Amino acid sequence: MSAHAESVPSQRHPLVAFALRWLLTTNHKEIGSLYLWLSFGLFFIGGLMAMGIRLELFRPGIEFFDPEFYNQLLTLHGLIMVFGAVMPAFVGLANWMVPLMIGAPDMALPRMNNFSFWILPFAFALLISSLFMDGGAPNFGWTFYAPLSTTYGPPSTDFFILGVHLMGISSIMGAINIIVTIANMRAPGMTLMRMPLFVWTWLITAFLLIMVMPVLAGVVTMMLTDRHFGTSFFEASGGGDPVMFQHIFWFFGHPEVYIMILPGFGIASQIIPTFSRKKLFGYHSMVYATASIAILSFIVWGHHMFTTGMPLVAELFFMFATMLIAVPTGVKVFNWVATMWRGSITFETPMLFAVGFVMMFTIGGFSGLMLALVPPDVQYHDTMFVVAHFHYVLYPGAIFGTMAAVYYWLPKWCGHMYDERLGKLHFWTATFAVNLTFFPMHFTGLAGMPRRIPDYSLQFADFNMLSSIGAGLLGLTQILFLFIVIKTIRGGKEASARVWEGAEGLEWTVPSPAPHHTFEEPPVLDPEASH
Amino acid sequence: MKSLAGGLKSGLSILALWVGARDAWGAAAIDMREGVTEMSSRIQALHHLSLWICVGVGIVVFGAMFYTMFAHHRSRHPTPAKFSDNLLVEIIWTLIPVVILVSMAIPATRALIEIEDNSDADLTVLVTGSQWKWHYEYVDFGISYYSNIATPQAQIDNLEPKGEHYLLEVDNALVIPADRKVRFLMTADDVIHSWWIPDFAVKQDAIPGYINESWVNVPVPGRYRGQCTELCGMGHGFMPIEVEVRPADEFNAWIEDQRLANELAGEAAVAARAKTWSIDELLPIGQEVYLKHCATCHEPDGSGQGIKYPALAGSEIAGGDMNAHLDRVLNGKADTEMQAWAPQLSDLELAAVITYERNSFGNSTGDIIQPLTVYEAR
Amino acid sequence: MNRQRNGKHTLLLVGLAAGMFAFAFSLVPLYNIFCEITGLNGKTSTTPSTLADVNNESSRHVTLHFMAKVGRGLPWDVRPVQEQLTVRVGEMQTTHYYARNRADNVTAGQAVPSVAPGRAAQYLKKVECFCFTRQELSAGQETNMPVRFFVSPDLPEDINTLSLSYTVFPQQGSDVVAQTGGMPDE
Repeated sequence: MSAHAESVPSQRHPLVAFALRWLLTTNHKEIGSLYLWLSFGLFFIGGLMAMGIRLELFRPGIEFFDPEFYNQLLTLHGLIMVFGAVMPAFVGLANWMVPLMIGAPDMALPRMNNFSFWILPFAFALLISSLFMDGGAPNFGWTFYAPLSTTYGPPSTDFFILGVHLMGISSIMGAINIIVTIANMRAPGMTLMRMPLFVWTWLITAFLLIMVMPVLAGVVTMMLTDRHFGTSFFEASGGGDPVMFQHIFWFFGHPEVYIMILPGFGIASQIIPTFSRKKLFGYHSMVYATASIAILSFIVWGHHMFTTGMPLVAELFFMFATMLIAVPTGVKVFNWVATMWRGSITFETPMLFAVGFVMMFTIGGFSGLMLALVPPDVQYHDTMFVVAHFHYVLYPGAIFGTMAAVYYWLPKWCGHMYDERLGKLHFWTATFAVNLTFFPMHFTGLAGMPRRIPDYSLQFADFNMLSSIGAGLLGLTQILFLFIVIKTIRGGKEASARVWEGAEGLEWTVPSPAPHHTFEEPPVLDPEASH
Repeated sequence: MKSLAGGLKSGLSILALWVGARDAWGAAAIDMREGVTEMSSRIQALHHLSLWICVGVGIVVFGAMFYTMFAHHRSRHPTPAKFSDNLLVEIIWTLIPVVILVSMAIPATRALIEIEDNSDADLTVLVTGSQWKWHYEYVDFGISYYSNIATPQAQIDNLEPKGEHYLLEVDNALVIPADRKVRFLMTADDVIHSWWIPDFAVKQDAIPGYINESWVNVPVPGRYRGQCTELCGMGHGFMPIEVEVRPADEFNAWIEDQRLANELAGEAAVAARAKTWSIDELLPIGQEVYLKHCATCHEPDGSGQGIKYPALAGSEIAGGDMNAHLDRVLNGKADTEMQAWAPQLSDLELAAVITYERNSFGNSTGDIIQPLTVYEAR
Repeated sequence: MNRQRNGKHTLLLVGLAAGMFAFAFSLVPLYNIFCEITGLNGKTSTTPSTLADVNNESSRHVTLHFMAKVGRGLPWDVRPVQEQLTVRVGEMQTTHYYARNRADNVTAGQAVPSVAPGRAAQYLKKVECFCFTRQELSAGQETNMPVRFFVSPDLPEDINTLSLSYTVFPQQGSDVVAQTGGMPDE
């Protein structure tokens, strides 16, 4: 398998050799790094757009961007963060860690792995280039509701559609690779129920991806034919229905939300036991809870659409189904607390991010539960309360999760310890900034501020200014993070193979930094140490 | 320095909010509004119920977390315990949330069933959203009108101080009677909009080609404000809703006034048609109409915004065949943001704005279009 | 080695992805069937109803509101001749919509009906309707278009007001007319 990863002959020009090496690599660690760097770069681009949004919202009045450009910013911010920052970051972590955690020499399908990565830069180049086209970038929000995105979409919508197709193909290939790797390449003795939870959550995520990304591809294909080939899936004038768009979109969209959170659950479930020096509490119920969340995610999409004029029975069904999700999610949170309970806890940076994730994610979960109730949802829907809710879920879940993972595994990747003082500074400033940015949005939303507006009436001014200040600070903390990562790659205290004294799992049995090829001979598992 | 002082002021006013001061709308601005209808206050109560349940659960969970983070820190608890499961505990903490959820679901379901009861309305209003204004039609009375944002562009551009109801004021508010069940039928002309008045707890999507229903019964006369809540293009933040609730007898008087006003407008239209207008008379009227209705997309100087909102300066339509221009303005263009203006503007306004467009921004056709021409083309 | 198993699993998963892509498209007919059963969105049947349910025995009355909207770019006036009608449940009724083509060309429109409340849609039985086919009007033509319908006696007891709205959208042909200008010469 790993024979594909031979380095390119060195008589070429060093730059060409460097480019070819990364362009042609089939090594899971290198591809993992590529994914992580791409997502980090896109995270900065999407973040810059968020800065633009918060700048315009700093105080009432239109000051910096006209409303049309504002809509393009908020659309691209959403699309880039969802498809460009969060998903590739998780795929990158999976590439790096899944083979190491299950004792495999590489991913099962290394060439497809290379291909699925290299599609992405093109997909995002397409998407971002639309900013410079006549008519501007997509301006209909990341949910691209018809007919705003079909009949009324700018010409660049077609580039958006192509971009989404490419991202979809990449995600599906990535997911297939992960499932096949987990299914076939586990070390002898690594039964399913002995797999680390990060692997479990990714296995379930990969199935979600394979089941819903094609639905997204279907819905954008319908958009394309509606726009150019005379169909009318979503056009009332031709017997179609714009509400059907929302049903199909959210059939994709809700599982997508869990795609962005389940690997984060896995990461927390790796880190909390390590720094509590105690085994994960309720391993089996963690696995079952993750699976139930994934299954439930297919039957709750209607809760995004309570104001579209749904029949009463449908509203009731989606309300009850959504509330049910609180049960397995609660189980996970309780299990994490129980893992810490009577452990021997220390708070290195990964643990700080993991605990921060659990706490703030729980707050996002609470507002999610509130949103599930149809009558109050009428008041919450499409207000800043919803924006607060999903940023509380996604920022701690996806971004803090990824950062926790980076701090946790970075010493394994590059052989150096990061600067603990800077890491802690990063955590505390980021946590302060996240809460300063997103908590006031609960208030503005409840007080009646709709989302996706470039200007607002005066009673929302104070909290918006606070949010904007928080967002600026949050932007700065990312630069600190970039600095810490680069500093760690370039040098620092040497990391041991185990790195963390409480760490368990196969990834800690290989040296730090992890050599180019690992587990060419499958490791032997201790048959006693089962869950 | 100014911004520092502004920041300090905001800081202080936030503090004032926290100590219980009330905002201009009369409610604390950190909580869901109680509103003025029976349903809106029930919804607020449901919101409080779920909020306090979440706070309670939060206190327990976060309390446990903080306790263990403190008490089981390695410095105090150097030897970790060995347990990693406990079936009984796991069953208990699966069941307790179920009980809590049921206690929230029951009142929510009761309220929902009532919200969905649209029967026995005293009055029906057809609400149509279009980019970026609302249209109200009293189907029982044959009265209808458009409702546009009334906040001056100069306030939005920070050139003038902002008024008390900045972005929440319209030229023609929806008028409904107090203490009556009013049924709203919602639809849209172009994209999906959503009609929301927080104080009524009514939020309903307006979907092109489909009609949705909602209702309200407002006991207290007054003015209530809200906004469009579904992203509907560039003017999404600028299509407010204002509802004036009048006592029932005043509402009936208002209906009569509207009928009278319609008759007067009809007479004025007849008079406008009978007259031959000069370009000097039409241009100022046309400019006013243009700035109010057309400049959002085509820009005040007619330069447009790229491919989506074409420039009128030097355009083939505004500088070409007059009938084509008239047709485009009256009927709009299918599948674009260019809407049909025939139902929205009077003959005189249409004649004036078309004349203005054909003789401004460097267009110099010299054409004058008369209200009579518009009338005949309707 | 795992290679064979890898290939088999990959194929299976690609198949699953392809199946889900097809499933997305199958959601369209599924959704329409679902709408027709539950009246989601107030869609009414696009084909004529039969007379099987007509009966004149009920004494229950319901009020119908009629409304019309004209889609962008169609130079038509459309309005109900009667805006409101109180009908006996089960009784055959006829009402008309007035339409006029303001252009001096032939233009065509397609009416799309919607009923509120949505769950009443399936009980509003249209025997004849201008919305079943595309309508063409010649230059300046005025017409009264009929709707023959009855309200099914199965209409749930709690519904006593129905609203029927037609949105008439421009159809191929008329679009071109509207854009090249088809106004009467003065």
